[in-house]
Amino acid sequence: MSLPSPEIIRPADSAELELLIGDALANQLRLEIMGAGSKRGLGQTMEVDKIVSLSQLTGITLYEPDELVLSARAGTPLAEIEAALAEHDQQLSFEPPNWGALLGNDIPQTIGGVVGVNLAGPRRIQAGAARDHVLGVSMVTGRAEAVKTGGRVVKNVTGYDLCKLITGSYGTLAVATDIILKVLPAGEKIRTVLVAGLDETVAVTAMTEALSSPYDVSAAAFLPGNLIGRSAVSYISGSSASITAIRVEGPAPSVEARCSALRRMLGAHGDVEELHFHNSRKFWQEIGNVTPFSEEVGPVWRVSVPPSAAAQVIQTIRNGADAELYLDWGGGLIWLRLLNELDDVSAAQIRSAIQSCGGHATLMRANAEIRSRTAVFQPQATALEALNQRVKQGFDPANILNPGRMALIDKGAADAD
Amino acid sequence: MEMPEPDAATITRRAAIIDELRRIVPVTSVIAEEEGLRAYECDGLTAYRQLPLVVVLPETTEQISQILNYCNEVGVKIVPRGAGTSLSGGALPLADAITLGLGKLNRILDIDYANRCVTAQPGVTNLAITQAVEGDGYYYAPDPSSQIACTIGGNVAENSGGVHCLKYGLTTNNLLGVEMVLMDGEIIRLGGKYLDSGGYDLMGVVTGSEGLLGVITEVTVRILAKPPAARALLIGFESSEAAGSCVAAIIGAGVIPGGMEMMDRPAIHAVEEFVHAGYPLDVEAILIVELDGPEEEVDFLVGRVDDIARKSGAKSVRASRDEEERMLFWAGRKAAFPAVGRISPDYYCMDGTIPRHQLPIVLKRMAEASERYGLGVANVFHAGDGNLHPLILYDANVPGELEKAEEFGAETLTLCVEVGGVLTGEHGVGVEKRDLMETMFTEIDLKQQQRVKCAFDPAQLLNPGKVFPTLHRCAELGRVHIQGGEMRFPELPRF
Repeated sequence: MSLPSPEIIRPADSAELELLIGDALANQLRLEIMGAGSKRGLGQTMEVDKIVSLSQLTGITLYEPDELVLSARAGTPLAEIEAALAEHDQQLSFEPPNWGALLGNDIPQTIGGVVGVNLAGPRRIQAGAARDHVLGVSMVTGRAEAVKTGGRVVKNVTGYDLCKLITGSYGTLAVATDIILKVLPAGEKIRTVLVAGLDETVAVTAMTEALSSPYDVSAAAFLPGNLIGRSAVSYISGSSASITAIRVEGPAPSVEARCSALRRMLGAHGDVEELHFHNSRKFWQEIGNVTPFSEEVGPVWRVSVPPSAAAQVIQTIRNGADAELYLDWGGGLIWLRLLNELDDVSAAQIRSAIQSCGGHATLMRANAEIRSRTAVFQPQATALEALNQRVKQGFDPANILNPGRMALIDKGAADAD
Repeated sequence: MEMPEPDAATITRRAAIIDELRRIVPVTSVIAEEEGLRAYECDGLTAYRQLPLVVVLPETTEQISQILNYCNEVGVKIVPRGAGTSLSGGALPLADAITLGLGKLNRILDIDYANRCVTAQPGVTNLAITQAVEGDGYYYAPDPSSQIACTIGGNVAENSGGVHCLKYGLTTNNLLGVEMVLMDGEIIRLGGKYLDSGGYDLMGVVTGSEGLLGVITEVTVRILAKPPAARALLIGFESSEAAGSCVAAIIGAGVIPGGMEMMDRPAIHAVEEFVHAGYPLDVEAILIVELDGPEEEVDFLVGRVDDIARKSGAKSVRASRDEEERMLFWAGRKAAFPAVGRISPDYYCMDGTIPRHQLPIVLKRMAEASERYGLGVANVFHAGDGNLHPLILYDANVPGELEKAEEFGAETLTLCVEVGGVLTGEHGVGVEKRDLMETMFTEIDLKQQQRVKCAFDPAQLLNPGKVFPTLHRCAELGRVHIQGGEMRFPELPRF
């Protein structure tokens, strides 16, 4: 990090971006692609010649609430989009979290960044991730060509769904310039049923019961006793023990009925309590934003597993590493913090813990040194990795866009053993 | 519509190919006699027929891997096929290609309630998945109208929808994992019983790829708890504009119905005569709006939609009082295609999607075109998501009518694109809409899509002649074109 910072270029439109990438292609310049920069700490460390910022590519270009569609330039701040949606009681249903505090910055994230990392919040289990809400993308590929995919309608099977490839590709395939999103009504009422004092095995059972019920649960999380004190919601921090939380949203009569039914159902496991609108919102933001780990140091991992395997995976990880953790997605998502700030040996431990059940573990936060020698993304089987590489080559044959950020060749294979 | 020129050398080698297939699978699983091949000569797009070179019906992933590996080495093409219900010719055979039928892979492998998912082989029908879990209170949400016949593997290939997809999503939103065989015989797994992936979302791009990227051999889908209640409203309007504004008002009020279907006057009349569903005959359009969920929610929302409908100038509003009445409302909509089949010797079903507010313009221009072509048209419309199914009426026995119907259809789809929509909402491009792809995409867009094809199947042996109007060789697509300068260090390997 002692080298001088690379020059930052801010193209004003797609045409300028095309020229810029064309120049980089001709001169083999490596480009870091960023929106506003809130997620620069995610992914493998890179060496680049120039930084391309999309901060000039801003603005909502279309919003038709009755058609449930919004499009915006990639550099548009998410907050601007959410404010526009809120005026019509609508939202991005995948509940994009804000990982700024976790990653140590307060830079406002852009919609391009949200899509680039395929963000998803607690509502993932009900409404999907960013991938499920991107209807269309305009982009400039690593071939310096402007390409469009998808459209502005929700039902569309015309051609390959390149939106899925671009979403979650961390800017390694193409630079998105415009993104068309499906938007949905926001729930009029939100309530959260809390059960106190469960251990993680019983908590997963309780969450599974709730998610298997017909009560249309929109989030289910488990916060162990040692983490409840880090919540700003007094009902949570004041609890005597762990909290298992189940959220329902929708029209008032429906939310009330479902809440009562869930209270009866979950009451079998322990004492139940209820959070109303504002506390619910605050609590689920904390879960999505990884607030319990934001103020603490140490590497943070995000581990996606089959929910029924969560308790076993946790046990295995704990046997080999000093860690604290909580669960989201009904047990399908484990947020894990290693207590030793310099811990880079637990990567193998974590990945071997999910080997038999399947899943993926991503190193979300660690200092640059640890990130430079750890496979940040889940290493892939050989054939799959080769396929990923061929897909990458189709979009960015000279490897100039975020080179090495997903590091699917070099680091992945070495760490897989 | 022209298909690629069949490869004479492959056809000459037919006997050797059959011998090799019979070495991989049991002799009876290779169909080579014309009588047997006849059953495979077309899919749901019956206007196009072609006998396949040979049909093979493997029973295991391993056999499929061996077949693909062999074909890749000797350069023989493959057309994968589920139940053959595609309406766009996605499974149309080629004279020089093996049709690979997946019907024998028809077992449900795992029902996992703790993780709320089902794993099935690709030849299991869509409905069979729901049937396997409904006794325990679950169902699989995407429900294409062909669900009793269409297979889950075909659903993945086509990214199938259904009437409930505004609220519950398409196949792609309900899919957790697939196992598939690449053209070189490599078996890969994408996703699993967990959410999202650690690399590129290849499962996302495979979904809806129309059998061009690989052969799906196993599918894991999420299942949902069945909503405890469902009620439907049958609403009549004096104009399709009024029906359209009612749909906008419902969604604008924050209600996402489980299903929202519209029919125009010709469709209403055809249906009512056929099934006597009690549809009003003095209206220009009807809407069926179904609300599902917890009982309290359904009753509350039925009241809200009723109110909105009346304020939108509905001529009649009826809410189903019991399950029997709800089914009756749906009976008409579900019988729409056969009902139209009764009033016309043949019909051609189109599948465009439009931004909903464009509906009045699209209907008006279609009425004009109907007059110009001298062919009737009835419209059914997944109103919530803008997916329009015009049924163009014609008589194949009248020389020239099929061609006229196809021309009318192409004009309609082009119109959908022109007003901001797309060529196909759920039926796929296949061969049917292949030559219209350039109305929606530039040559550069299409080349980029084909580069994805090249990453999966560089020799382009899987389902060629479908989706893309022009085939480019992968070597040509892979070249990097640099304007105004040369690439430095051209000798360095690039990844």
